[in-house]
Parts: sequence; structure tokens; C-alpha cells
Amino acid sequence: MLGVSKAFPGVRALERVDFRVEAGEVHALLGENGAGKSTLIKIMTGALRGDEGEIRIDGRPVEIGAPGEARALGIGTVYQEVNLIPTMSVTKNLTLGRQPRRFGLIAWRAARNRARERLKRLNIDIDVERPLGSYSVAIQQLVAIARALEEDTRVLVLDEPTASLDANETELLFRIMRDFKLRGIAMVFITHFIDQVYQIADRISVLRNGRLVGSAATADLPPLKLISLMLGRELERTEERVAAAAPAARGQPILLAEGVGRRRLMEPFDLSIRAGEVVGLAGLLGSGRTEVAKLIFGAVRSDSGRLSVGGVPVTSRSPGRSLRLGMAFCPEDRKAEGLFGELTVRENIVLGLQTKRGWLRRLSHDEQEELAQKMIKALGIATPDADKPVGQLSGGNQQKVVLARALVSDPRILILDEPTRGIDVGAHADVVALIRSLCAQGLALLVASSELDELVAVSDRIAVLRDRRKIGEIAEREITRENVIRTIAGAKA
Amino acid sequence: MWPLIALAVILAVDGFISPGFFHVRVVEGRLFGNVIDILYRAMPTALVALGMAIVIGTKGIDLSVGSVIAIVGAVITWRIHAGDPHFVILLIALGVGILCGLWNGFLVAVLDIQPIIATLILMVSGRGIGLMINLLYGGTNPSFTSPLLQGLSVGHIGLIPTRLILGAAIFGALWLLIRRTALGLFLESVGGNSAAADLAGINARLIKFAAYLICALCAAWAGVVLAADTHTSDPVSVGLYIELDAILAVVIGGGSLAGGRIYLGMTVLGALVIQALTTSILTSGLPPEYNLVVKAVVVIIVLLLQSENLRNALYARLGGRKR
Repeated sequence: MLGVSKAFPGVRALERVDFRVEAGEVHALLGENGAGKSTLIKIMTGALRGDEGEIRIDGRPVEIGAPGEARALGIGTVYQEVNLIPTMSVTKNLTLGRQPRRFGLIAWRAARNRARERLKRLNIDIDVERPLGSYSVAIQQLVAIARALEEDTRVLVLDEPTASLDANETELLFRIMRDFKLRGIAMVFITHFIDQVYQIADRISVLRNGRLVGSAATADLPPLKLISLMLGRELERTEERVAAAAPAARGQPILLAEGVGRRRLMEPFDLSIRAGEVVGLAGLLGSGRTEVAKLIFGAVRSDSGRLSVGGVPVTSRSPGRSLRLGMAFCPEDRKAEGLFGELTVRENIVLGLQTKRGWLRRLSHDEQEELAQKMIKALGIATPDADKPVGQLSGGNQQKVVLARALVSDPRILILDEPTRGIDVGAHADVVALIRSLCAQGLALLVASSELDELVAVSDRIAVLRDRRKIGEIAEREITRENVIRTIAGAKA
Repeated sequence: MWPLIALAVILAVDGFISPGFFHVRVVEGRLFGNVIDILYRAMPTALVALGMAIVIGTKGIDLSVGSVIAIVGAVITWRIHAGDPHFVILLIALGVGILCGLWNGFLVAVLDIQPIIATLILMVSGRGIGLMINLLYGGTNPSFTSPLLQGLSVGHIGLIPTRLILGAAIFGALWLLIRRTALGLFLESVGGNSAAADLAGINARLIKFAAYLICALCAAWAGVVLAADTHTSDPVSVGLYIELDAILAVVIGGGSLAGGRIYLGMTVLGALVIQALTTSILTSGLPPEYNLVVKAVVVIIVLLLQSENLRNALYARLGGRKR
């Protein structure tokens, strides 16, 4: 793929990305959420069309307009969520849409044989008549791979195949992948598990904000450099580290989490935040940034540990309770968890305060208008009027609305999860400026972000996470990009 | 907007076909006329539709409203025969509605059962329950006399039928509840994006519970009026298919079954449109067998007009100008 670009309303998903994979090679594609991996894959497999750039197979330019065409060209895909039907038998899943037929009717015996053959190529021998759902996720995943692997598959795209596999199952998958290498099949391996990349990949490419920031043979890319590529940002100018107000002035923590955790989600961690302080949560994708944020906010119930706000221990935890205690939360996925697309900008913003007041004491229309306008001005939300459905705004402005809602309840603790994802540079600057001024007024801030340079620039302390565990904290003068990266990589190499 | 236009068109056609359609006269101190008739008969459907609009706003649905009406009718008849004071019976009837609402709310909000399945349970069993209540005083479809209920049904205050005043009062109460408190916003949030509502601090379970409670209460009121109309308890056929008319009224009123927005006023208009259709067909001289089919055709047209996709396609075809 050469010079591929793709833009959606409000966001440039891909910016002239080159991507090359050889026969018999495992090429790992890495990048945070929103970096453009999915878009690139969708263009590769025909689900989307690029705005510019070309795709070549064996040196010949091709057009891939639909998933069917990709498959015809020999590109098979295995999706992250097993895209098969658990209630149907393995046979049916493997032959869906391509059933062998005789006189117009499906020849089930031939179908079963074909299914068994396919599975044998992966060295799997199972009862093909049992429902797919009765097998473990690992087997389901392998069935999905068997389905994607046709006679003439040249390129196999594996999207986070090990996300739900344990160590043994992953090893089984890798054995199959090594077998594929010998057969000359090119594999694109999308993952966020750095360890696995080093186990199986021959080449590594890293996407960041829609751009290709690095591509090299695995041997030439040590972990330190790789992590640096993933978390770094192409800086037009260096973000200066703004030393916050004298730390001594801050006193007791306004939020104290001790041993808070949840089985299978996050190992128990300690965290404290003081008024006016900015605490950053740094770590790679999957390290637990969002989990920490949600556990503290009460969106996810913890099964261990204690939390206290303003010195007062908090027992029952829920978002509503947290809001009344003065916390506010901006989720990472604004579309799925942040915004009400049908409701107007005003309603979305005002909801932040209304939920705190309860259902009886409704804010009058005038009060709502006033609040909405205040927020629109403060954050620079570009909308002609506040009564537009929020779903019609651009990504950056939508993000500002989410932020506005969190701020309108006048919180003393603000928790942000990826606040600058998918917003343009201008909006970005507005948001950062506003947050800085709020912290100067005493707002305590917890920020989870994949943008390491931003965290380094604004945080007073950074909690470093790795594989669902808090592995360390870096404070004040020690906060540099290198130190964070070293801390993340340090536990491993 | 469209329901208003649809209503205007239907009435215009009526005026055309039957001159004197709009003639309203005063008989025995009461208003009479086709237009009054439409308002009259639409009232129970409008009540049920209002409750339905609220539930649909939370991305749910309540198929049991007809059964609630049946149960309420049976309970009213039973208690009248038992000799309770009629005003108390009114309160008991509403209490029964609340019980049904609690049941539905429990299944949907607490047990997380899909609304269509959860309310189906009461829908199927409700009429049977009504029949069993009838057995409590040994009658089949027994009738009663009740000056209070009679007054609700056909009485009048001044020139205006009492039931219209009742309808307006209930509408007013709902409007206050939904629009003058934040309940409407919360309901629409839960229906629009349940996950975001949770994160925003809204108690989604409680809100859904409230929705089903309100819906059942509206159905109970409709049950009171319908029982008063017939002065009997007829669990088998009272309010039959009213849930379909109610859902239709909500949709004509602009509500989407995917939840998210509640249009109270428009829903009432939707109920009026449906009733106007029925009355028009009757007065037009068309054989009554045509009633349902004509109704269906008109409803399809209104829905098509509401569809943005279709509107865009039509505009594009008709001029390629704006949009």
C-alpha cells in the first residue's frame, strides 16, 4: 500500500501511509486506538476506499472496492471479535456463503468434509457438527482463521487475534503462524502485546495519529525504541514542561485510593491526588489506564480497597454518587459512552449539572441557555446555536461538549480519559489552556492519555501502568519522556 | 408537523365528502357532532399513547396496556358489586394500574428482560386475570351502574364533555412531570444512550421503572373511562388491539421506536389522526370492511412522509435543488 490517505468528517484517519508486507513474513502493525490501524485494514480488505494512494499486489496496482474483491485477490481477514455464529455448527460456519452444492441443494456431506480438511491444515481435529459456541474462544479463533484461509490466500490479516487467548493458546496460534510462513503466506499481525510482537513478528510498523512513524525489521527495533515510537508524538514544537505551583502549598490529598482493584480487570493500586494537582496515567494500550479512571469514578465497581474523597471514606460507589461528591468524568469513547447524539448541545451540557441536582429541581430553560452559552464560549465550541443535535458536530467539538458537561457541575476532581483524542491542534490548545486555568483555581485532575508528551508537559506526577498493574510513579523533576518509557520497558527487558 | 398536516388533510377531505361534517350542535346542554365524536373516542387511545410514548422514549415498549385496561375494568365491576364507595373504587383502579406498572418495571429494569418479552407476559395473562376477577362475584360480563363513572363517560361540565377535561388534565399532569422536571431529559437520555446515561450519573434502572409505572397508570385511566363507557366488565374484548393504535399514534407523532425523544403533544395528535380516519371512513359511506385497510394505507403514507430518506430522495428527484 503506497501513500494511502483517508479522511472522515472532522478527522484525518490516515495521512499518506505506506505499508509493505512480503510473502512468508509476519508484519506487526502497532498503534494506539484512533491511530488509524483499523482504517488501514479496512482499506486493505475492501471495507473502505482510500481517498488517495494505491494498493499493489505482486507489484501490480489493484482496486479493492468491496470485501468480496479483497477475498478474490487473496486477502483474508480474521477479526478481533470472532465474527462467526456461535449457535451454528462448525461446518456451517466454515462453509457459510460458499456451501458446496449439488442440484441446487446444499451437499452437507461435502461441506463437512471440506470443513474437516480446512481444519486439518491447522492441525485441528474436532467434531465439526457441534455448535461453534461450545468450543473455547481459542478454538473459535482458529476456526475463524481456517475460514479466512482459502486455497489461494496470499495475505492473512489478523486483527488482535490473541486478545482473548491465554499463553498456551497463543503459542498454538504462533505455531500455526510459523507454519503459514513456510507456506509463503504474508501475515499482517495487529496487536498491542509488545512481548508477542517480539516472539513472532519479522517486521514492525507503528502508526500514530494517522501517520506511519516507523517501520523496521524486528531485529533493528529494540523495545525501548519501539515504545518511544508508540508514545511519542510528532512535535511541531516542543511542549515545555510547565512547572505547576509550589507543591508544598497543596496539603492533604483530596482523593485517596488504597488498594483499589477489581479481579481480572486491574490489580489493586494506590493513588492519591491533591487539590490543584495534575496526576497523569501513562502506559501502553491495555495497561489499564481506562480501568483506573473508571474504578476511581465508580463506573466500575471495585472488589477491593478503600476510597476516600476529601478525607471522607466513600462506601457505595456509583457514577451518581461520585458526581455528588464533586467528581466528574470524561470517557474515552465519546460516541458510545459520552454523548447523546439525538439530544441538543445544550441538553448534553446541562445534563452534567442536572444529574447532580436530581430530577425534581429542573434547571429552567433560561438557566440552561446561560450555562450552555457560558461553556460554549469558555471552550470555544464551534456551533451556530446550542439547539443543534450534538451528533452533527465535528469530532473535536463533540469532545469539547463532553468536557463541558463534566465542568458544568463545578467538580473538584476531574477525571479525563484521552481528552485530546481525535481533536485538531486548535481545539487541543483551547482545552489544555482551560484545564490549566482550572487547576490554578484548585481543581484536582487525573488524566489518562496515550499522548505521553502531553502528560509529561502538564503533569505534576505520573503514575505508570503496565499490563493492568501500577508499576511506579514519577514525580516533579523526574518527569521526562525517557523516564516514563524506561519505567514501562524496565519491568520487562 | 406532519401529524398536524395529516389531520388537516383528513378533515378537509371529510368536509368535502360529507358537507355538514363539521356541524356542531348543542343537545341537552352538551356538544354534539362528528368533530366532538372524534375527540370523544380518541381520548382513551390518546391516554394509552401518552404512556406508550414515554416508554418508547426509553427504548422500551409496553404491549400489556390492553390487558391492564381489562384488569382495571374487572376490578371496578368487582368492587362496585362489593359495595365500596365509588370514589374509593377509582383509587383502587389506579392502584391496580400501579401494581401492573411495578410488575412490568421489575421485569424490565431489575431483571433486564427485553421489554417486548417482559410486557408480553402481562399482555397474555392479563385478560385471563380479568376473567378470574369476574368469577369472584360469580358473573360473566356483569354490568353495573355508577353515577360517578357515568359522569366521567358521558357527563359534561358546562358545554364540554367531562372526559375531555379529564384527558386534558392528565395530559397537563404528564406534561408537568415530563417537561417541568428533569424526568423528561433523563428518560430521553436513557433511551438515547444507556451506557452514557449510566456514566452521566443517571440511575437508568429507576428511570426505566418510572416509565413503565407511568405507562400502566395511563392505561389504568383509559381502563376507567372504557369501563364507564360500557358499564360492564368485558376482559376479553375491551381495549382490544389498543396497544397497536397507541404505538401507531406515537410513531405518527414523530417518536422513533429506537427511543430517544418523547413528543407528548404530537402523540395526542397522532391518536386524533387515527380516530379521525376511523370516523371519516364511517361517515363517508364506505363499507365498514374498508376501515382497517384504508387506515393502514393512510398510516403508511404518513410514515413515509416522515422518513427523511424518502424526503431526500423525493427532493433530489423533483429538482436536485437544496437538501
